[in-house]
Amino acid sequence: MRFLLQRTAFYLFTAWAAITLNFFIPRLVPGDPVQSLISRNQGRISADAIESLRVLFGLDANENVWEQYLHYWGQLLHGDLGLSFTFFPAPVSTVIGDSLPWTVGLVGITTIISFLVGTALGVGAGWRRGSWVDGLLPATTFLSSIPYFWLGLVAIAVFAGPGSFFPSSGGYEAGLVPAFDGYFIPSAIQHSILPAATILVSSMSGWILSMRNMMVTVSSEDYITVAHAKGLSERRVALSYAARNALLPNVSGFALSLGFIVGGTLLVEIVFSYPGLGYQLFQAVGAKDYPLMQGIFLIITISVLVANLLADVAYLLLDPRTRKS
Amino acid sequence: MTQPSAAPGRAKRRRFRFVANAKATTGLVILGIYCLFAVIGPWVAPYDPDARSGDVLQAPSLRHWFGTTHLGQDIFSQILVGARSVMVVGLVAGVLATILSILIGVTAGYIGGAADEGLSALSNVFLVIPALPLIIIVTSIVEQASDTLVALIIGCTSWAWGARVLRAQTLSLRRRDYVEAARATGERPWRIILFEILPNLTAIIASGFVGTVIFAVMSEITLAFIGISSISSWNWGTILFWAQGQQALAQGAWWWFVPAGLAIALLGTALALINFGIDEFVSPRLRSAGRTRIRTADGRSVRMRVGFTPVLAPTPRTVPVPREEVAP
Repeated sequence: MRFLLQRTAFYLFTAWAAITLNFFIPRLVPGDPVQSLISRNQGRISADAIESLRVLFGLDANENVWEQYLHYWGQLLHGDLGLSFTFFPAPVSTVIGDSLPWTVGLVGITTIISFLVGTALGVGAGWRRGSWVDGLLPATTFLSSIPYFWLGLVAIAVFAGPGSFFPSSGGYEAGLVPAFDGYFIPSAIQHSILPAATILVSSMSGWILSMRNMMVTVSSEDYITVAHAKGLSERRVALSYAARNALLPNVSGFALSLGFIVGGTLLVEIVFSYPGLGYQLFQAVGAKDYPLMQGIFLIITISVLVANLLADVAYLLLDPRTRKS
Repeated sequence: MTQPSAAPGRAKRRRFRFVANAKATTGLVILGIYCLFAVIGPWVAPYDPDARSGDVLQAPSLRHWFGTTHLGQDIFSQILVGARSVMVVGLVAGVLATILSILIGVTAGYIGGAADEGLSALSNVFLVIPALPLIIIVTSIVEQASDTLVALIIGCTSWAWGARVLRAQTLSLRRRDYVEAARATGERPWRIILFEILPNLTAIIASGFVGTVIFAVMSEITLAFIGISSISSWNWGTILFWAQGQQALAQGAWWWFVPAGLAIALLGTALALINFGIDEFVSPRLRSAGRTRIRTADGRSVRMRVGFTPVLAPTPRTVPVPREEVAP
């Protein structure tokens, strides 16, 4: 319990750091982005919206930085992330709300599958060190060195195209309305197969390798030899003795590398024009839509923190030592 | 399994033990070729990468080895010229991140106490915050970021992993006997860190450096691909940016994006191989054992495992030949 409280406190601290970072980044933007937006949308912006944007960009001349910071927190706690420039006049929170489920669905599920399958393969490769499986390791290294987005481009060129089963872009058939029905769900799944496969192929090898190395290290421990000497079955020693202990560092590694993985997978969305946060971020960057960029960064960070907390809970369940203290 | 036969041979072997690792050698050779092209690329490129010509969207041929773009630019020249930017950004960001990680990680591990708490919290925060979105946002604020700036941004955001690993290792080194002895003889803290602790961290620092270079190269190419960093200078991401923007896929122009991707993947593989070499150098267990199926004395075949010592079959092949050595 103490462990979990410590971790939660740390994640709250990190969230605070990310929000503070988010507060200072737009203050580095040269010029007055709000003024240019106002002149572009003459008369279509309400006074409230202008006020909210000015707070976001720190352009309110009457406030010092500290007051601005408090004001920013006030807005944030009300769920007000400002107005999006590209989807004007939609608020950023609405835009993010529309795209978040897509990213959680695609990136979340593929990351978990990749971790589970990669770890299972790593157990096999580590236990059978020196067999033909070792020969596959350089190939997986090559696959993991390929940028995610480039693999996506190749996947589109090879598998998608006119008349192919796999669509090359989008999250669902044009003309369908997102809903949980018999038309939309199959279409969404069909559109997600190719991006998901891309993410799986390039992210899995990291897990295989780290699990293999942990298995090799654990296999030479004395308790493994004892387990063999007791005459336990090969399977039991491999899974209940070696894999069980080798798993722990892999789970904490999973938590730590989530930030990297999520960053890479967002790019797959860009290549496939998948309607998630990554694609939204890409559009926001192209249009210099600072409020949307910041909002997306904040949401991604907080999602990664929540995922980290879940990984910590998993660690707690796996490692009795953390429960005892 | 070759034993060094004579004393000079042994000395040589020890010095180049790291290079003797096949994976590391392969990686170093490939990396060397990339570095060579980073230096001479712009001079040996057959065409000006920006020069337009009448050969629009040509497939690879003898005149244009990797084909041409929609403006008739030679893609082979673009790849050669782009190598410099990729390597420079990778190395500068790698060096910067490594220096930061040594400063923060070793200090935190050696000093301990409140400074350690603060510095580890800082590196954990940087580790958990998704680096790539942060890099994208910071870079997009700057108009047309140059290579140097991109390298600085990447370096300043990617030191945390190295710092964490270095701190853990310093913690375990700090109470070793030889460090205590150095402290007892009155060596100053900076001397202990520089001459007693740092040499023992070399492998970890090297592997962290290589890892950061991989990350930096990927990030730079990503930034160029989504069009944030300057698109006026060439790197492999810029090539992919134009390929994507001009619908190279829909036009079937595979030669436009395949060479750049393979160049990136090969560089990444080379760096990863070097890292495997370092890992296996530090922890010999990780080496994939050569021949592990061995016939035992009772004629069964057994798979070798760490901790097992099978009784080998007394066949002439496996028994060492002591008699010949005794004879003369």
